[in-house]
This record gives sequence, C-alpha cells and structure tokens, in this order.
Amino acid sequence: MSTTTPPIKKESTLKRLFSRPGKPYINSYLGGVLLGIVLFISYFITGNGLGASGGLSRYVAFVEDLVAPDHVNRVPYLISMAGGDLNALDNWIVMVSTGVILGGFVSGLINGRAKFETNKGPNISNRTRWIVAFFGGMLFTFGARMARGCTSGQALSGGATLSAGSWVVMFAIFGGAYALAYFVRKLWN
Amino acid sequence: MIPFPLSLEPMFGKLIAYLIFLAIGFLFGFVLESAGFNHSPTLAAQFYFKDLRVFKVFFTAIVVAMLLIFGASAIGLLDYNLIWVNPTYLWSGIVGGLIMGVGFILGGFCPGTSLVALATFKIDGIFFVLGGLFGVFAFSEVVDKITYFYNGSYFGRVTLMDIFDLPVGVIVILVTLMAIFMLWGGEKLEQKFGDKAPEPKARYIGAGVFVLLAVVIAILGQPTTEDRWEMLAPEKQPLLEQRTYQIAPPELLHTMHEHKLNLVMIDVRDEADYNIFHLLDAEHIPLDEVSDHIHDFIAMPPNTVFVVMSNDETAATEAWKIMTAESVPNVYILDGGINNWLTFYGTPYEEDFCAGEKETAADEELRYDFTIALGAGCPAAFPDPEKFEYEFEPKIQLELKRAPSSGGCG
Repeated sequence: MSTTTPPIKKESTLKRLFSRPGKPYINSYLGGVLLGIVLFISYFITGNGLGASGGLSRYVAFVEDLVAPDHVNRVPYLISMAGGDLNALDNWIVMVSTGVILGGFVSGLINGRAKFETNKGPNISNRTRWIVAFFGGMLFTFGARMARGCTSGQALSGGATLSAGSWVVMFAIFGGAYALAYFVRKLWN
Repeated sequence: MIPFPLSLEPMFGKLIAYLIFLAIGFLFGFVLESAGFNHSPTLAAQFYFKDLRVFKVFFTAIVVAMLLIFGASAIGLLDYNLIWVNPTYLWSGIVGGLIMGVGFILGGFCPGTSLVALATFKIDGIFFVLGGLFGVFAFSEVVDKITYFYNGSYFGRVTLMDIFDLPVGVIVILVTLMAIFMLWGGEKLEQKFGDKAPEPKARYIGAGVFVLLAVVIAILGQPTTEDRWEMLAPEKQPLLEQRTYQIAPPELLHTMHEHKLNLVMIDVRDEADYNIFHLLDAEHIPLDEVSDHIHDFIAMPPNTVFVVMSNDETAATEAWKIMTAESVPNVYILDGGINNWLTFYGTPYEEDFCAGEKETAADEELRYDFTIALGAGCPAAFPDPEKFEYEFEPKIQLELKRAPSSGGCG
C-alpha cells in the first residue's frame, strides 16, 4: 500500500490492481452454500443446471465451421451444433460459459487474485506443469463429451437433481482421480 | 399452475434470455473463483486428503441445491417435471467419468474451474483450456466410430428415487446424511494428512439446518398427480367443460395430414379393443400406464400435439387430466372417442366385418360389434381426407414449451 507520485498514477493504478496481495479464499462451506444457491437459481428460473464443457465444445464447433464448413456438415455430431446455417454460439450454454469467464475475472480482480502465475506442485518445472495440464485438459473434455457432461453439468447439476446417471458419473470421476492419484503424486507433492 | 421454471425465450425474447444465462454464468464463475477453484494445487490436494476444500464446496453445493429444488417443488413453486434431469447413459458415463478423473488428477482442473483459472491468468489453467479445446475437437472426430457405445445403455430420465424405489423425501434425507458423513470424514482425513486450520463451529448449526430441511421436505412430500390437478382445476376444469380440449374427428384427420405438427395419438383402451380397431399410428398405452410415460412426453419436440382417445370420453378425459396435471403441453381429447370416429369415418369395408351397432352400449364400450379384429388394417384407421368433407371448428393451439430440451453440457 505505498503511495505513488501523480505523473505515473494511471499506470500504477493498473499495476496495483493486478499486483495487490491476493485476499484469501472464502470458507469452503460458505462457498458451497453460495454455489448451491447459484445452481438452484439456475434451475429455478431456467429449468437448466450449470455447465462448462458444453460451451467449450461449441466454441470449437464455431471455429471449425469458419475453417472447414464442409467438414462440419459431414460429421453428425457437429451438424447438430453448427451444420448448415446454424451458429454454434447461438445457444444458452455458450452464454453460461462466457459468464463463467467474466465472473471469474471480476472476482479475481476484486480480490487481487488475477495475476499471471503458474500453480504447481513443488517438485516439477513450469514446463512440465504446462504440458501435463494440456494433456489433462484434453483427456478431461474428451471424457466430458463422452459422458455428456463434466463436473458441472453432470456431477454438480445432475447430482442435485438426483439423476441416477449423474451420480454414477460423479463416482467415476472421483474414482478415476483417486485411483490414479498415488501414481502421479510427484506432480503435486 | 406451478409458476417455475420460466419459459425464458418465449416470455422475454432471446436477448433478455441470453443475458439471464450470462448473469447466471457470471455468478457461477464469481463463486468458483471466490471458493478457490482457480488454484490447481488446491484442486489436486483433495486427492491426497491434504486439503479437501474443493470436495467440501462441491458436496455442500449439491446438498444446498438439492434441498432448495425439492423444497421449492414440495411447496408447489417449482415443477420438477420441467427441469432438466440428466438422462442416464450408463457405460459411456462410467468410461467418460473415469477418463475425466484421469484428466482431473493430471490437469488439476475441470472445465469450469479451468475457465475461471484462465480468467485470472493462471498459465497452467490456460494450457488446460487449450488442451480442453483439443479434446473436444478430438471427440467430435472419433464419436462416429463409437456411436454404439456412445448411445447404447440409454435409460432415459432415471432418478435415484427410481433406482432405490424410495420416495423423494427419503432420498433427500439419505443424500444429506451421506454428504454430512463424507464431510465429517473428510475433515478427519484432512487433519491426519494435512495441516489445515479447523473449520468454524457454525458448521454444526449448518449441518443441523440441512437435516431439518431434509426432514421437512420428507414430511411435506412432493405433489402427487391429484395435488397437481387440484392446483390446475380452477383454471382448466371450466375450459374442459366448455369442450376446449375435445377435438372433433375431422380436426384429428386434418392434423394427421398436417406435417408441421408432430402428432402423437395415444389410445388408452384395453388391448382387446385396441386390437379390434385403432387409428393408424395410435400408440397403445392403457390408462394406468400413462403416468409412466410422462417424461418421454415432456421430452418431445415443442411442436408435438397429443391426442388421447378411448371408446367414449371418460377414460380419455382421465388420461388428459393426468398428462395436463403433470405438465405435458398440448394434450387434446378425441371428441366422442373411437365410437364417434367410426360414425364419421366407417366405410363399407368395416361394415362387412361388423354385425351391427349394439342397442345399448355402456360408457366406454365399443358400440360396433366387429366380427374380426381389424387393427389398423382398414380404411377407417387412416381415412382418405378427400373422400370426406366435414366442417370443423379448429381447437388445437400450441402452448409455449417450458421444459428445456437439452442439458448443461449438450
């Protein structure tokens, strides 16, 4: 919290915004209650739960449709999103995913947690972390498309509405992660 | 009528509807970030029992949302039939889930949390999102090779209530207790493997409130079909008596040839009558089985029109009440039932197999005395509209569809 001289004030405001010490995260149970309320509001007003991977897949379909529209029109899975004159981004889930990015950014900014950094376990390099994160992301969304939903769309939303299939997916996600955790402990510990 | 969920797009237009979804996403992202879901070591730490923050947030959220959803449903504010409940695809769900678990422990994020990490400039999050985009692309390229696996083991809208054959209230109590037990166990593990500060005492009060709410929900129970009809009756009963929903045979015939509508005809008579004569493409669903098909009906496209029929109208009206009470849109009754239909559209062909009309037929009895079972193999089952010219007063009008037709990750 140092004072700055007037001539460089503008720059330093920006700088200060991004380099403040981050505030601690809120209590887990409070976070859970808030998240549960947001999920309820979503169901209550719209009839739909929350989701994230659906938005990602539509971003990709949108780009594919720009680059290779003929290809999109041949793959049944893509046709339903971006075939013909369909706009892959013209869907509510894209709005939700975009909102997630905005909301995350604003919360990070307010609390001084929006800063360029790589978070990782102590015993691996940044580069290893990046490569593994890339492969992790690839597997995760691949699995999410296969299971028709990720931790948000299946486990969280389907869990709260008591969908039997979603509870199965939830246990499979946590089961898969716990089963492999020991073997990749070097990554995180 | 149960007021929620709303039918956003028809009510407010696309722009407002999309802004509402954007706002919900915003809140979702804001809470995820506030709860620490943009920090990958925290996300991964739950798998080593060192810091169960993510696990706690997750299961607390499920319990809170569940209690609010079924609480709102119990007091008649929210229509559970109209909210999206993920359909069950067993094996693709299990295998997909396991793959996600591998991605979770390697990547340290899930898709939602990676978006929040990206938004707060976490470089590992950005790499995860890039990988994620590639994974989505890869799936769209291979899904055609695994369609049997991907679409097989489909069970439709199955809930935990169906699996365990228990009422909603009991499941809500059990899930609440299980979550509290898991959170309690999680804290014990955390103390053993990590060095976390203890949680505030207030959480005991929170747990108590959860259990209390779950018990209240169980005592209130969920509205039955009868309760739901009671709620609708003041509005719908007069309309029913004014014969707003009874469509004359010519209107049904006209609708059979209206290809912009998805006509679903439901014949609720017993099997014997159905075999003797039914309309072409009429589905045979006996009255006592109509309730089992509600979710299939609701999932049909918004241009679907249901026409229920019996020999006369009593049973069809009963089916109409069940379906309307359970929020199936656009349900109509065949005016005068099959008996009336045959009066309109019987031809010399049917007469050959008919010993005549019964002098006295009870209500819901087939008035024509057929000598063989014709099924739908006769002209009256699908009359040629050019051979009959009847005037009718059109009654079918499409209501706004309220139930979402795809889920969060569709």
